[in-house]
Amino acid sequence: MSGVSIQNLNKAFPKEDGTATQALSGVDLEIGDTEFICLVGPSGCGKTTLLRIIAGLETATIGKVTIDDRPVTGPDPKRGMVFQEYSLFPWRRVIDNVAFGLEMKGMGKDERREVADRYIDMVGLSQFRDAYPYELSGGMRQRVAIARALANDPDVLLMDEPFGALDAQTRNRMQKELLSLWQQTKKTIVFVTHSVDEAVYLATRIVVLSPRPGSIQEIIDIPWTHPRDRTSAEFAEVRRKVLRMIDETENPQ
Amino acid sequence: MKYWRIIRDEPLSSRFGTNQTTGQEDMNRKTQKRLLGIASLITVAVIWQIVAQFVVKRSFILPSVTDVAAAFVNLLESGTLVADIVVSFQHFGIGLLAAFLLGVPIGILMGWFRVADFFLDPIIEVLRPIPPLAWIPFAIIWFGLTTQAAGFVIFVGAFFPILTATYTAFRSIPKVFVEAGKVLGCDTSFELIRHVALPAAVPAIASGIRIAMGVGWMCLVAAEMFGVSRSGLGYQLWHNYYLHQMPNVVVYMLILGFAGLAIDRIFRNYVDQKLLRWHAGEVA
Repeated sequence: MSGVSIQNLNKAFPKEDGTATQALSGVDLEIGDTEFICLVGPSGCGKTTLLRIIAGLETATIGKVTIDDRPVTGPDPKRGMVFQEYSLFPWRRVIDNVAFGLEMKGMGKDERREVADRYIDMVGLSQFRDAYPYELSGGMRQRVAIARALANDPDVLLMDEPFGALDAQTRNRMQKELLSLWQQTKKTIVFVTHSVDEAVYLATRIVVLSPRPGSIQEIIDIPWTHPRDRTSAEFAEVRRKVLRMIDETENPQ
Repeated sequence: MKYWRIIRDEPLSSRFGTNQTTGQEDMNRKTQKRLLGIASLITVAVIWQIVAQFVVKRSFILPSVTDVAAAFVNLLESGTLVADIVVSFQHFGIGLLAAFLLGVPIGILMGWFRVADFFLDPIIEVLRPIPPLAWIPFAIIWFGLTTQAAGFVIFVGAFFPILTATYTAFRSIPKVFVEAGKVLGCDTSFELIRHVALPAAVPAIASGIRIAMGVGWMCLVAAEMFGVSRSGLGYQLWHNYYLHQMPNVVVYMLILGFAGLAIDRIFRNYVDQKLLRWHAGEVA
């Protein structure tokens, strides 16, 4: 079981003049095992902040996050994170980037490389195992970043707009690959995106946040199996519904 | 001057983003560059010889190329030249090593820990503007006329560039690297520094060391000239001036120039090839 439980989460960022910007307000969310959650919402609604609090990179002002009843107090390899920017260590080859987490755990060189090789293989980059990050395309880099997060065998995989910087075709391919990785590894995934299309394509549940201070506006279950047909009528219907929701909150009448 | 050299060494094709030159053309351009380089040096030597021999006519004011060459052979045969080069490299080595061993750790402390930064910065700010040569009196009082005294003056000159480079590099490490390190299991500052920040800072530290070597080399000559030592290239240069042996002075000037160039080149090649394959030639 790898359930994430978020209770009455509030986050305020202090400003220089002594006041505070309220980023999140009263967020409650239960995420079940092996779910694929997409967080969407207007820009600045705090979806990335919510993800970073789950990761332990930010601390909540009020409220708490627990994973399997253990409260989150700081970053932990049990929660893998894939960042929007390229976060691979440029001084390490692909194989040693993927093996980084295992190295920190104290695993021996041969053993950790063996594990890393498995994950590199899983994201289809075996022939690039000895390349440096600068030699890879944007899509490849994010695949390595996913492999690096998975190599730690985390309970939850947190993804902060990981495909935001990729071109449309690469993005579609990466979405398909991510779904297949999710089905293979049975991880719980929390995925932040500003693309409603991406959310409808990937998620088992879409969580729509309201504008700042962010709180949960609506949760939409998407029970369809994968792969999904982007051009189908139901797909368009759900997408329209979510878009309207975000648009209304962003531009209230 | 250093920055200028970086740009000059880059092939034109990479600077303008075009890659139309074939390997053959690249080769031709390289040969052309080398030939023109040699031609320019020969031209200077010929003009120098003509001016010294037929215009100035006094070796004391401008020694000719042949005077200098003869002096060079003389000094080489007597063995003093090699001995002085060795001594100067010792001075230089001690100073630079000490600057590295102190500059990098202090730079790391100040770059990583706010408290260390606030505490040490005032001290650094007061000491930094003091010219390294102003330390010569105390170098002599503390160390006498020893290798360490000269090394100390070079240390003062080389320390601040290394410190500043390390500090700045640590300050500008992308936040996402540090966060990735944390999420992947670096629990302590020590682990983050060792596995994330330090490797990320290596290119910047390397270029700081290069600058430090340039400054250190200048301090070396001045320190030896001002009597922190009884041998070495800088000392001999000054000594021969007192003896009015101007061809010897020119020999020492040229040796100092070539040695400085050689140190810089060797270091840069070493860093480019060994340390920083991942940085793909963008290194200082």
